[in-house]
Amino acid sequence: MTRQPRLAWLLAPATLFLVLVYVWPTLGLFRIAFNEVGPTGAMIEAWSLATWRHVFADSFTFELTLNSIWLSLTSTFLALLLSYPVSLFLFRTESRFRSLLAVIAIMPMLVSSVVRVFGWLAILGDRGLINSLLQSLGVISAPVRMVYNWTGVTIGLAESIMPYMILALLAGFGRLDRTLEEAARSLGAPPWRTFLRVTLPLSLPAIALAFGLGFILSMSAYITPKLLGGGRVFVLATEIFEQATTNTNWPVAAVLAVYTLALLLGLLALSNLFSRRLQT
Amino acid sequence: MTGAGPALSAAAGVVYALILSPIVVVLLLAFSADNFILFPPSGYSLRWFIQLAANGPLLNALLLSAQIAVAVTALSLLIGVPAALALAKGGFRGAEAMKSFFLAPLLLPTLIIGLALLLAFTPLRLTATLPGLALGHMTITLPFVIRMMTTAFAAMPDDIEAAAATLGASPRRVIRRVTLPLAAPGLIACAALSFLLSFDETVISLFLSGPRAATLPVEMVRYVEGRTDPLIAALSMVLIVGTLVIVVLVERLVGVARAFGNERS
Repeated sequence: MTRQPRLAWLLAPATLFLVLVYVWPTLGLFRIAFNEVGPTGAMIEAWSLATWRHVFADSFTFELTLNSIWLSLTSTFLALLLSYPVSLFLFRTESRFRSLLAVIAIMPMLVSSVVRVFGWLAILGDRGLINSLLQSLGVISAPVRMVYNWTGVTIGLAESIMPYMILALLAGFGRLDRTLEEAARSLGAPPWRTFLRVTLPLSLPAIALAFGLGFILSMSAYITPKLLGGGRVFVLATEIFEQATTNTNWPVAAVLAVYTLALLLGLLALSNLFSRRLQT
Repeated sequence: MTGAGPALSAAAGVVYALILSPIVVVLLLAFSADNFILFPPSGYSLRWFIQLAANGPLLNALLLSAQIAVAVTALSLLIGVPAALALAKGGFRGAEAMKSFFLAPLLLPTLIIGLALLLAFTPLRLTATLPGLALGHMTITLPFVIRMMTTAFAAMPDDIEAAAATLGASPRRVIRRVTLPLAAPGLIACAALSFLLSFDETVISLFLSGPRAATLPVEMVRYVEGRTDPLIAALSMVLIVGTLVIVVLVERLVGVARAFGNERS
């Protein structure tokens, strides 16, 4: 088909929409981070760093940052441990059902996060699957608390980011050269050695990318920490929501949001750098 | 090396069980006869489905979510499809930059988008209204529609359109009578995805919902925060079945792979 530069005006409605409903509000968020909060709690128009000083003088901000990073590290690590075998299996399998198995692996993406959190409440709760099982086997006498604390949030978050990490790993495995594995095997290396010395090192770039993606998704997750944490788990995401809605302290919410975004950008750059290093 | 090997297959099997466990547990819990979350349930019944049918707030939220999803889908296609057509067929300078611009909202966490929209919409009195929630959801669905339809248009063979143009059809007529009908499978898949994305959107909706207007995921969050009984499991069952019906329908109707021209590559 002949190219039609006249079609360019068809971009106008979508462009106008994104400028008004995405670009403008995002700029507004940055602007509000420089407003001040008056003594009555009302927002005062200003161009100052007062809110920034207030937020970073508070040791709670430091605690939230550590909580967010620690939670994201543990849940991403857990998710990576679980996603890796699934991705490698999907990459290698010659089953007729390969595409169906791939769809099942990413199915949680299609199910509402609230539904999945509810499922974890039923599995990990005081009267849930695991506690009932362990009590009927006589392993424990009183239920082990696994929800409304960090354990539950870590497990739930790991499960929610797994589909994305499986997809990222699968995309990265595309570079894996199977002839190298075959060479190692034919030279007499046992399977575990082939895995440790050939497969694993070759898939490090894929692992770095998947880890970066999982980490960023966990840092900005809200539903899982909120519901599985039951108000006892405090991270940057939950604090941003609290400040914006319950406290209606917009400047503080905006400062925390810009701060979180900066952290994410830094981590993204780090993960890209790491992944590129590993490829060369 | 061929195949996956028994050790790897076994490990993958265990992880599959883990991935599916929350969904399976919810489906079983929907038929619980208990007053609280007890798993395995001590008995089975349909009582929570009956309770669900009588729960006004949840049913109202379901209706609002459906209305929003329909509006969001219609508007996203209305402004997204022309943009995708221009990006795929226009060939003007800056098309690549525009493609990145249209994808930009997907890079920002919904937590940040939700907050930005709350701050922007409150002075305009758009929060807790159907139009406000629909505009918020469109920041997610529009990039998806543009992305998917650009791929679908680009994968279409150029020769049929060229033939129509050679035979004297005006460019507008070519688009209406040739390009759009050829893209119908992609349009249907796109509409279904857009509907599901809007219907499931939770974080942006949490920021933009108020006591007057709350979408279904927001009502569900509020319910789970306050109480723990199997009612939400019954509702989840309805939602999962609904999603499956839409996915299977689209697959039967057009084939998800075919909709985006994969069979030609």
